[in-house]
Amino acid sequence: MSQATLLQEINYLLFLAVLAVTVLSCAAYLVFFLNQNNQMRKWGRFLLIGSWLLQSGYIVTRFMTIGHTPITTYHEAVFFFAWSTTTAYLSFRWRYTVKNFGTFVSVLILGLLLGSAFASRDVIPLEPALQSLWLPVHAGISLIAYGFFGLAFCGGLMYLLQERELKSRKLGYFFSRLPSLDALDQLNSHCLAVGFAFLTLGMVTGIFWSKQAWATYWRWNPKEVCSLIIWLIYLIQIHQRFTVGWRGRRAALMIVGGFAVVMITLWLVLN
Amino acid sequence: MSKKHISLIGVNHKSTPLEVREKIALTGGYEEALNRLRDEQALEFYLLSTCNRVELLWVAEDTSESTPNMQRFLFGEAVAPEKWDDYSYVYRNHEAVNHLFKVAASLDSMVVGEAQILGQIKEAYRYASQFGCTGPLLNKLLHKSFSVAKRVRSETGIGSAAVSISSAAVELARKIFGNLDDKKVLLIGAGEMAELAAEHLLGQGVKGITVANRTLSRAVDLAKRFNGSACSLEELTEQIETVDIIVSSTGSSDLIIKSDDVRPLMRVRRNRPLFFIDIAVPRDLDPELNELENVFLYDIDDLSQVVEMNRSERQNEAVKAARIVEEETLKFSKWQEGLTITPTISALRAKADEICSSEVSKTLARMDLSDSDRQKVEKLAQAITAKMLHNPLRFLKSESCRKGEDSKIDMVRTVFGLENDDADR
Repeated sequence: MSQATLLQEINYLLFLAVLAVTVLSCAAYLVFFLNQNNQMRKWGRFLLIGSWLLQSGYIVTRFMTIGHTPITTYHEAVFFFAWSTTTAYLSFRWRYTVKNFGTFVSVLILGLLLGSAFASRDVIPLEPALQSLWLPVHAGISLIAYGFFGLAFCGGLMYLLQERELKSRKLGYFFSRLPSLDALDQLNSHCLAVGFAFLTLGMVTGIFWSKQAWATYWRWNPKEVCSLIIWLIYLIQIHQRFTVGWRGRRAALMIVGGFAVVMITLWLVLN
Repeated sequence: MSKKHISLIGVNHKSTPLEVREKIALTGGYEEALNRLRDEQALEFYLLSTCNRVELLWVAEDTSESTPNMQRFLFGEAVAPEKWDDYSYVYRNHEAVNHLFKVAASLDSMVVGEAQILGQIKEAYRYASQFGCTGPLLNKLLHKSFSVAKRVRSETGIGSAAVSISSAAVELARKIFGNLDDKKVLLIGAGEMAELAAEHLLGQGVKGITVANRTLSRAVDLAKRFNGSACSLEELTEQIETVDIIVSSTGSSDLIIKSDDVRPLMRVRRNRPLFFIDIAVPRDLDPELNELENVFLYDIDDLSQVVEMNRSERQNEAVKAARIVEEETLKFSKWQEGLTITPTISALRAKADEICSSEVSKTLARMDLSDSDRQKVEKLAQAITAKMLHNPLRFLKSESCRKGEDSKIDMVRTVFGLENDDADR
């Protein structure tokens, strides 16, 4: 067996391992959500860290197989999206804990990984024009921004659930399991701010890359227009939040809606 | 002599919606209501009105006749007569006693095990006895209810496990605000419930408390207790700009804060959440407030649903407490049955005979006497007891007792210690 096929084999096995470990982590988090047994939460987190290591391994081996940063096909981009969400969550979790946040995030990560699993894993050779250092920098930074928006999406969803329980005054299943509205709102603020900073950086690097590849900064192609729309959506949210103190249900709806737009454009652009 | 019946009619948070309870809660205080009750055909009566219940306990010889009158008193014009039976419950004798004990022991409370109700019953009883509305039967019954409550509290875990309305409110505040350290509280009205809620919130470390009241001096007094500040009701709007949690419990019959007053303030507040807690009956706060974004409104019925969550854990203790209540109810019924002449006379005779024969046999055992001497000593002892009992028995059989003066029978029973024997048996 040649070294290249061995590497491909390892790469494929890593992908399977990522899926298996993430499923287990997600299951542990869900069990924790049901019975609130702290031991399960520890397992979920432990497995998620394992999943992150395997994901990183997969990206590195794929880089070694195809010779450039693996974020150009749908499969690769969504996988990288899952990796950046995991990274964002683990780095975030390191700073402060938000009750049962892991359950929601692990479901999102698993969903993204499954999305990448159903896409073709074929390698598409890169156009010579795109071969530049700007590619990994631009795409990587943008996807990290999406990772944080993914976290904000989970936080927004939890906010909406908790807010509905509190408003309806019939406290049911989620009341005790979800954190306080304030904690969720802070989480959303934080994720939005960090995500937006990365997104802006991604836009700027994209512009430079465009200049290098096509000799013009902005071409108004669909991909760029979509990116601009996403950037404006998040700009409005950030602006409202920090000037008039926008928060609560409407802000959470915007976060959830904004993320839906991100997902749709990602799907459109990469197909 | 016809037997006296204890009856109880009432509405509580389970039987009647808040809208109806608001209408029939006492607003004029106990004195006025008790005076109105005097016109009804009741020998003894007592009235309890709290934010969760209005209950009327009375003693009459013919209850079927007095019940409709009492219903009319309770509902007045506020509720159509055909709804009376749906909203209120009526208990008689054994059941009435049982219900009263349950209420006193806080088993019937919105928040099972909360301690406030006993204080409220004691206060209601103080008014009733002060205005001469209670007699021997109700005096005994209410005192008994206090001791039952104490027994339940000390023998079951129901009190310690109790999550009061206020701690339910604190739990909700925590889910809205997370940390309460930098939150400010505004108390509107200076009721007992409001004070309790304020104490709970202070215990959670809220930053400051402001008290608003119709009479400023009362507000100042209360504010001093909590190390807070006082303000008048006219300044409410300005206060709402800065506070986070608002507990309202005034006796006002109109809404104090309307949704339209708060809407423009949310902009000034930069949408920081507001948590309104309405523990007043009738309600102080506009139900529409809950429709505003970032505003949460809970009234007393909503809080009871929150508390429901913890109820299952206390179910076991409640079973134990219910047994104690049932036991005490039986004891009381027995006492009440004894409160007629014939059983008292026989109990008195039996007691005297018992003392006499036991003392005689003790003495004779130590003496060496002939049979005839023995009989003489026995006769002597019997003669003494008979003479001693002559007047008490005549007193019991006299006209004044026959008319049903329970207090006299009760006195005889107490003087001769017949109660203790009953309890031992």
